[in-house]
Amino acid sequence: MAINAPVEATAEAEFQVGSREWAPLLVRFARERPLGAIGAGLILLMGLVAALAPALATHEPLATDYAAMLAPPSARHWLGTDAHGRDVFSRLVFGSRTALLVGFGASVLGATLGAVLGVTSAYFAGRVDLLIQRVMDVFLSLPLIILALAVVVILGTGALNVILAIMIPMIPRCALVVRSSALAIREMPYVDAARAAGYGHGRIILRHMLPNVMAPYLIMLTAYLGQAILLEASLSFLGLGVSEPTAAWGLMLRGAAVQFAEAAPWMAIFPGLAISLAVFAFNLFGDSLRDALDPRLKTQ
Amino acid sequence: MTKAPSRSVGGTVGALALAIALVLAMALPTPSAAQQPKYGGELIFPVPSEPPSYDGHREETFGVIHPIAPHYNTLLRVDPTDPSGTKPVGDLAESWTVSKDGLTYTFKLRSGVKFHDGSEMTSRDVKVSYDKIVFPPPGVGSSRKGQYRSVEVIEAPDPYTVRFRLKWPESSFLLGVASPWNFIYKADILAKDIHWYEKNVMGTGPFKFVEHVKGSHWVGKKNPDYWDKGKPYLDGYRALFMPAQSANVAAVRGERAHIQFRSFSPGERDSVVQALGPKITVQESPWDCMLMVAINHEKKPFDDKRVRQALTLALDRWEGSKALSRIAIVKEVAGVQVPGTPYATPPEELAKLAGYGRDINAARAEARRLLKEAGAENLQFTFTNRGTPMPYEPLAIWLIDQWRQVGVHVNQVVVEPAAYFTPLRAGDFQAAMDFQCGYIVEPDLDIYKFISTDKNPANYGRYTDRVLDDLYDKQARATDPEERKKLLRQFEKRLLDEEAHYLMTLQWHRIVPHSSKVKGWQITPSHYLNNQLDTVWLDQ
Amino acid sequence: MVKYVLKRLLLMVPTLLGVVVLIFVLLRVVPGDVVEMRFVSGQNQFVDQKLLAAERAKLGLDKPMWQQFGDYLAGLVRLDLGRSMWTGAPITEEIKLRLALSLQLALMATLVATALAIPLGVLAALRQDTWVDYVVRVFSIAGLAMPSFWLGILIILGFLIVFRWLPPMVYTPFWVDPWQNLAQLTWPALAVGYRYSAVATRMTRSAMLEVLREDYIRTARAKGLWQKLILTRHALRNAMLPVLTVIALEFAFLLGGLVVTEQVFNLNGLGLLFVQAIAHRDYTLTQALVLIVAFTFIFVNFLVDLAFAWIDPRIRYR
Repeated sequence: MAINAPVEATAEAEFQVGSREWAPLLVRFARERPLGAIGAGLILLMGLVAALAPALATHEPLATDYAAMLAPPSARHWLGTDAHGRDVFSRLVFGSRTALLVGFGASVLGATLGAVLGVTSAYFAGRVDLLIQRVMDVFLSLPLIILALAVVVILGTGALNVILAIMIPMIPRCALVVRSSALAIREMPYVDAARAAGYGHGRIILRHMLPNVMAPYLIMLTAYLGQAILLEASLSFLGLGVSEPTAAWGLMLRGAAVQFAEAAPWMAIFPGLAISLAVFAFNLFGDSLRDALDPRLKTQ
Repeated sequence: MTKAPSRSVGGTVGALALAIALVLAMALPTPSAAQQPKYGGELIFPVPSEPPSYDGHREETFGVIHPIAPHYNTLLRVDPTDPSGTKPVGDLAESWTVSKDGLTYTFKLRSGVKFHDGSEMTSRDVKVSYDKIVFPPPGVGSSRKGQYRSVEVIEAPDPYTVRFRLKWPESSFLLGVASPWNFIYKADILAKDIHWYEKNVMGTGPFKFVEHVKGSHWVGKKNPDYWDKGKPYLDGYRALFMPAQSANVAAVRGERAHIQFRSFSPGERDSVVQALGPKITVQESPWDCMLMVAINHEKKPFDDKRVRQALTLALDRWEGSKALSRIAIVKEVAGVQVPGTPYATPPEELAKLAGYGRDINAARAEARRLLKEAGAENLQFTFTNRGTPMPYEPLAIWLIDQWRQVGVHVNQVVVEPAAYFTPLRAGDFQAAMDFQCGYIVEPDLDIYKFISTDKNPANYGRYTDRVLDDLYDKQARATDPEERKKLLRQFEKRLLDEEAHYLMTLQWHRIVPHSSKVKGWQITPSHYLNNQLDTVWLDQ
Repeated sequence: MVKYVLKRLLLMVPTLLGVVVLIFVLLRVVPGDVVEMRFVSGQNQFVDQKLLAAERAKLGLDKPMWQQFGDYLAGLVRLDLGRSMWTGAPITEEIKLRLALSLQLALMATLVATALAIPLGVLAALRQDTWVDYVVRVFSIAGLAMPSFWLGILIILGFLIVFRWLPPMVYTPFWVDPWQNLAQLTWPALAVGYRYSAVATRMTRSAMLEVLREDYIRTARAKGLWQKLILTRHALRNAMLPVLTVIALEFAFLLGGLVVTEQVFNLNGLGLLFVQAIAHRDYTLTQALVLIVAFTFIFVNFLVDLAFAWIDPRIRYR
C-alpha cells in the first residue's frame, strides 16, 4: 500500500495547517463523501451519548429491580429490563463509555506504537529491520482473537487488561503498513539533510518521518477502532473482558440474553445493534477517509 | 417503538401459555409410576464434558460418570428410586451386616455375576478394586482416597464375602461405599496392568462398551447376561459430546436427544417446555452444590466477626431465592445440608440463624450497626469470582447489589476458571466465591470443607476454629442419628451465625427437562448419581 | 527464482521458531496447570499433594523449563506433536475431527466471501460514486460491523422461530453424508463469509479502480461496447492478484480465528478446542494448535510471495 511522494506533501500540508482552514475542508468532505459524513456524524453522536450518559440515562445502570425482571419495553423502561431488572436503555447508554474507552484506548495506543515501530524499522533498515520484522511476523501469524485470549489469560480480566489484549495484536499489523510507507520516505532528501545537520535518530524518526506517514496511520487508526470495539465485545461475550456489574455492550449479550433470547429478545437485540452501529460508523468513516487520502482513487 | 404494545400483549399470552405448559409438564406422572416397562430403544443424551480417562477411581468430572457408569457395578449404590439420594442399597452386595462396635462391615456378594468377557466376579475383584481406591500403590491416582481414612484393612475371606475393618466407627461409611465412582474392576486385569482401566472398559454393568469416538460420541449396548434378570430395558445408549450448553439444549429441544443428565437453566427449561409442551417432562430437585463466600480471615477487617456477620445479614436470601430461581440454577435457602435430606435443618429453625431471618430491614439495620461498631462503616473491598457463567455471574451481581444496600461497596474481579485456585490457595483475596459439589449427600463430605485450615487446606477462609473441628469429629462418629442431627445443628450455628466464617448463598437447583418417552429415571440431588441406566426405559 | 524460493523458505523457520518459543513460555508463565485442573475441583474435598506431584512427574512438568523445551523441540523435529496432557491420547487423534470441520468451514466461508466480494467489488468500481457504489459499500461494511456471535444468535433464533428447524448438532464428514454435513455448515459459512467479504470487496474495488485508470482502458471506453467488455475483463484479471492475496490470508486466519462463531453455532472445531485446551492448561495441545494455525498462515504467506515473485520478476532481486 505504498503511497507516492506527492501525497506526502499534501498530507503534510493538510495536517500542519492552522485551524481556520478546517471548516471549508470539512464541508468539502461532507459534500464529496456522504457516506463518510454519515459515519462521522454517528461517531459524534456516540461521543455525545457517552459524554452525557448520566443526563441521558433514565435509571442507574447498576440499580437492580427484582420485581421487574425481564420486563418488555414500556414507558418506564424504554428498552425493557434485563435478568436482574436493570434498565437496558441506561446500560446501553453507559455502555458506550466502556466501548469508546476501550476502543479508543486500544486502537490509539496500538496504532501509535505500531507506527513508531514501523517507522523505526524502516529508518534503520538492515539487521534492525529484519529483526523487528521477524518479531512482528511471529505475532502476525496468530489470529487476533487467539492472541487477545492469550493475553487475557495471562494478565487477567478487567478494562485495562482488555485494552492491552486488544492493543498487542494491533501493533504488528499497523507496523507493517506504516513501514512500507516509511520505506518510501526514507529515500527523501529532507531525511538525508536532517542526518547531515546532525539530528539524532530519535528526533528524525519522531519529528520528520512520523508526521509524513499520517495518511496510512489515520487509515489504520480508524480501521482498527471498529475492530477494537468488536474485539472488546467478543472478549466480554466470552467472559474474558470487562466484568459485571459494569455496563458493557458485549457483556450485555452474555448469559441471560442468550438463554432468554426467545422470551425476552430485547436483551439480545439492542446491545448487538449498538455494537453494530458503532463499528459500522467507524468503518464507514474510515473507508471514506481512505478514499480521500489515496490519490489513485480520486475521481477526476 | 411501534412494536412495543403488541409485544407486551404477546408477552402476557406467551407467559400464560408457558405457565400452562409448565403445569402440564410437571403434572405428568413421575417416572416410577406403575407402568409396565417396555423393552428396546437407544437412549441418546448429550454430555458437555468428555472423559480425560476411563478410570472412575481417578477422575472427578461427570464427563466420566455419564457415559461410563453404565458399564460397571459398585458394591453398594444409592437407591435410584429415592429422590433424596441418601439411601444405600445393594448393587453387587446382596446384604451386609455391621458389627456392634461399628468397626467391621461384612458384605455378602451376589453369585453368578459375570464380567463382560464371561469371567465370574468374586470377592477378590471387589477387594483388589477397593485396595486400589483406598491404598493406591505409588503412581496410581485415587482421587477420593481421603474419604476412606477410617479403613484399616479389606479382606476377602471367601469368594462371596468382603469384609472392611475400620479404625474408628464412621456413620457415613455405608454411603461412602455406595460412591458412584467406585467401579468394581477385574482383579486379574489389575494384577497384570494396574493402569489398564485408564484406557479400557471391562465391567459387570448393564451395558457393554461398543465405541468411543473422540470429540463425537460414546456408544454402549445392552448386556444380555446381566445378573439382574429382566434388566436393562434399553437396547443401548449413545452419549454425544457437546461442549456448549446451548448445543445440549438445542439437541433436547430438537428431539435429537432424550435427556441431559446434568441440568438446564430456568430460561433453557422454559424455552424447551414452550417448544415441546407435553412431549417434555421436567424433573427438578435441590442440588448438592453450593456457592459460598469465602472470607479471608487474615485480611483486615475480615478478622472481626462483626464485619462477617454484617455481610451475611445484608443478604435477603428468601427474596433472592424467588428472584434468582427464575434466571439461575439456584433456588432453595439452605444451611450446610441439602434441603429435603435427612440431616437438613428445617426452614423454621434455619430462620433463627443470622442472615436467614424473614425481616430483612431489621437484619440490614443490624448489619449497619455492626459495621459501625467495628469501625468499618464505608467498607470497600474486591470480590474475586470464578469466570464460569452459571450461576457464578448472577449470584455475584446479586451479592454486590445486596451489600450495596448496607453501604458496602464491592467491585468484582473475575478470574479465568483454570487460574482460579491460585489466588485462593495463596490467600491473595479479600472475599471470594467458593464452591462445593458433592457426589453424595453426606454431612461428612459436605462439611469437611469448613474445618480449620491447618487441618484442611481446601478451606480457603484461613481460620482456626477448634470448636468446629471438635464438632466435626463428634458428628462423624455419632452412630445415633438424632445425636448426629443435634451436633450438626451446633456446627451449622457456629459456622454461619456465631462466627460467620463462611457465607452460604443459595442452594443450587437441578432442572432436568427430558423427553416424556424416558421413564424409570428419578432425579436426585447429585448429577453423579443414578447413571447406570438399568432402570431406564423408553415409552415408544 | 530457486534462490528466492529457498530464501523465503528459510525465513519461515525463525518465524515458526519464534511462535513456538512464545507460546511455550507464555503457557508456563500463566497460573494453574493441567494436574490442578484435573484433580482439584469443588467436588473433591480431599486434595492429595503427593498425587499431584506424581501426576506432574508423569507429564514431565517437574523438569526445568529449558529441558521441557528441548524435549518438545526434539519431538517437533521428528514431526511428533506429542500427547494431550489432559487425555493422554496422541494429539493427531484429538485434532483429526476438529481439523476436518474447521478446514471445511474455512473453505466454504472463503468461497462465500469470494462469490460476494468479486462481483460486488467490480460493480462498485464500475459505478464509482453512484448510489450503486454506496449501497455496495454500506452492505459490505455492515457485514464487517455486526458481531459474529450476535449474527449467529439471530440466525439460530430465526430458524427456531420462523422455520421451527435446527441445524444438525453432530458433525458428519462430507463423504459420509453430504446433506447432513452441508445442513450444518452452510449457515455459519454464510455468516462468516459475509463478514470476511467486506475486506475483499474493498480490495477488489480499489484494485479495479486503479486498473481502470490505465490509459488503454480509457481509450477503449471511448471506442465502443465490445472493446470495453474485452478490456474490462483484462482489467479484472490484472486486479485479481491483490484480491487473491487478501482472500488467501483471510482463509489462513479462519482456521483458528472462529472461536466465538463456533461457540454460537455449536461447532466442534479448532477454535473451541483451543479454548478448551487453554481452560484445561493442556500445554501440548495448545502448542500444537497454535503451531498449526501459525504454520498455515506463514505457509499461505509464502505461497503468496511466490506468486508475486513469479509474476513480477523484479521482486526476486530485492
